[in-house]
Amino acid sequence: MSHAAPPTHYTSMGLDSRKMGFWAFIGSECLLFGSLISTYLVYQGRSVSGPTPAQILNIPVTSISTFDLLMSSLWMVLALAAVQRGDMKWAKVWLLGVAIGGTIFLGFQFYEFSSFVREGLTMQANLFGATFFILTGTHGAHVTVGVLWMLTLWVRALQGKLGPQHAMTVEIAGLYWHFVDVIWIVIFTLVYLLHK
Amino acid sequence: MSEATGLKSWLTTTDHKRIGKLYFWTAFVMFLIGGLEAELIRIQLAKPENTFVTADTYNQLFTMHGTTMVFMALMPLAAAFFNYIVPLQIGARDVAFPRLNAFSYWVFLLGTVFMNASWLLPHHPAPDGGWFGYATLTEKQFNPGPNIDFWLLGLQILGIASLAAGFNFIVTILNLRAPGMKMMRLPVFSWMTLVTSFLMITAFPVITVALVFLMFDRVFGTHFYLPSAGGDPVLWQHLFWLFGHPEVYILILPAMGVVSEVLPTFSRKPLFGYTVVVYSGVLIGFMGWGVWSHHMFSVGLGPIADSVFALTTMLIAIPTGVKIFNWLATLWGGQIRLTTAMCFALGFIGLFTIGGLSGVTHASPPADLQQTDTYYVVAHFHYVLFGGTMMGLFAGMYYWWPKMTGRLLSEPLGLVHFWLTFIGMNLTFFPMHFTGLLGMPRRVYTYSHDLGVDDMNMVSTIGAVILGIGMIVFVYNIWRTRKHGAVAGPNPWGGATLEWSIPSPPPVHNFDVIPNVTSRLPLWDSSPAPKAPPGHIHVPGGSWWPMVAAAGLPLMALAPLTHTLWIVFVGGAVLIYGIYRWAYEPFEV
Repeated sequence: MSHAAPPTHYTSMGLDSRKMGFWAFIGSECLLFGSLISTYLVYQGRSVSGPTPAQILNIPVTSISTFDLLMSSLWMVLALAAVQRGDMKWAKVWLLGVAIGGTIFLGFQFYEFSSFVREGLTMQANLFGATFFILTGTHGAHVTVGVLWMLTLWVRALQGKLGPQHAMTVEIAGLYWHFVDVIWIVIFTLVYLLHK
Repeated sequence: MSEATGLKSWLTTTDHKRIGKLYFWTAFVMFLIGGLEAELIRIQLAKPENTFVTADTYNQLFTMHGTTMVFMALMPLAAAFFNYIVPLQIGARDVAFPRLNAFSYWVFLLGTVFMNASWLLPHHPAPDGGWFGYATLTEKQFNPGPNIDFWLLGLQILGIASLAAGFNFIVTILNLRAPGMKMMRLPVFSWMTLVTSFLMITAFPVITVALVFLMFDRVFGTHFYLPSAGGDPVLWQHLFWLFGHPEVYILILPAMGVVSEVLPTFSRKPLFGYTVVVYSGVLIGFMGWGVWSHHMFSVGLGPIADSVFALTTMLIAIPTGVKIFNWLATLWGGQIRLTTAMCFALGFIGLFTIGGLSGVTHASPPADLQQTDTYYVVAHFHYVLFGGTMMGLFAGMYYWWPKMTGRLLSEPLGLVHFWLTFIGMNLTFFPMHFTGLLGMPRRVYTYSHDLGVDDMNMVSTIGAVILGIGMIVFVYNIWRTRKHGAVAGPNPWGGATLEWSIPSPPPVHNFDVIPNVTSRLPLWDSSPAPKAPPGHIHVPGGSWWPMVAAAGLPLMALAPLTHTLWIVFVGGAVLIYGIYRWAYEPFEV
């Protein structure tokens, strides 16, 4: 084992402290996205000018990026499983896969945002634009952080500094990734599929 | 195991006791500054049609007085005790994430400096939109200067400090308890810290979002709160008070925790109904989320919303009342010692009850419509926040000062401080009930002689001066105690909880041997743990990186303040660099 092996600390709840702290963080993030989503819903249909969601949202294209993001969660599971059994070759493959999956999603979002702006939907155009961009933009920023995190783990794995003794580190990164994914499922359902 | 000294050891410290002291002194200075702002307000209001300050400066004074006291004085004073006392009470050597703890402090300090720097710029563009910053008053067209930008960006930075501290203390209290320290053996102060931490991590994201919307309105020209484009200023009120009411409990629960420690110690009796006090605190934490619209009765939300929030507001008085009766029952038949800490705790009970009762009068919408935006409301929340929170925190200061410094604050001077504060507080705020009901509006820089409230305002101002004298006595007491205070020893008050089982001030590793807890009052129920020579005890080292990462945040905030995009990348780079060095430096918790 490398020098960085974390000592197993006694904890009152028998749960790793970092993991518990991260669950608390996820709880906090729920309130952040909850506030953004609530604002989106409250302001739904209250724009005084267009474009409206019905005119502009492209559900088929976003379904593809949604599928990509969901698949990246599967790769995250495989990456963690590989790290836990010490199979660093596949761990590298799957970690890079998650990062690429996230990057593809961000590419779709960039395409979507720029085409919306071309069609006249900006943050200043109407309330739909403001709430849409701030909600999906916040989510996109979370995906960006996740991609950087995955790339960091991947580089550590390439350097031989990531091993099964760091499974908890990867598990926490996975918690983050799955959380960001779950939030997207909510956003995709409420903003795209159930649009008014 | 000697303790490092010097500037570097403080800048890089990850020791919860040092971070607690840093929190304390920073917050104490901010409390004095916020108090000074209050004194200026009272001088202006001493007589009608006064011209001591201009209307614009007055707006800045009351805005910064409120913002400073809530976010930069009371919360961090409580955080100072979370830091210093909670690990000692639960039998831990530090918090769960020592570097995150340092990060919280540096972010808090830099956020405080950021917002208050506005006073020092030409024409002092300090925030002037009230501590609750109602839209559309805070929008660009009504407030074009940088005042509101300082406010919203500063609050955003301070919120990050609170979030990080919240995660840290949740994990610390749940996970770092000594063997045998079951949740139902946890000292009530640690319990209330836990509830407060949960409120912080859930409430702050909501104001984060509200402030992001406001920033986008001001900087990027969106219309979140602008009715001209279909936006709704009431959205700000909902988001702000959805945060703001839990925030009220973030401010009061730690003080309730302090009082629940001080009263049993100086009554020489266990807290009456410990479990009920704990569950009431938890219940207050939950119910605190269901009452926010009572701040908004005058908006006209309709009879159903008004009725629901009136009922929930009256209901939340029940667990609060339960606590008050439990404290009174703790006193009953006890061997009461009227130390300064005890006097402040008793003052807390009386004054907080008055504030609580006037609070229940706001719960009724028809009554509230008469009280909204008058000095009656100012009287109410100062009885709760000064009479409640500050009296509780003063009790904590006298109670734990010997633990933190090794010396006892002077009791005679302490009693002078208490009586000046108690009398000054009532003289200042009690007349405001009447000035308010007679129609004196709050947040207006002067008033007319015809209103007939001249004398009562003068009484309030005299009370404020007495409060100020009380603070001078307190500062002198602190100064004198440095050299001349009586040496405290481990347990000067005969306290029952674990912090009193170790030397004052505690060694850097806190406990030579981690105690094995077998009861709720370990020092009363059993002899202290046998002295064992410590073997090797690992103490986390210092780190620069929390401070470096923290420095990235105010740098990033300069970008929207100055409308200069590239600064955000510089600040972001500093933040990310700090986080990476932090994550990969050798550091063993």
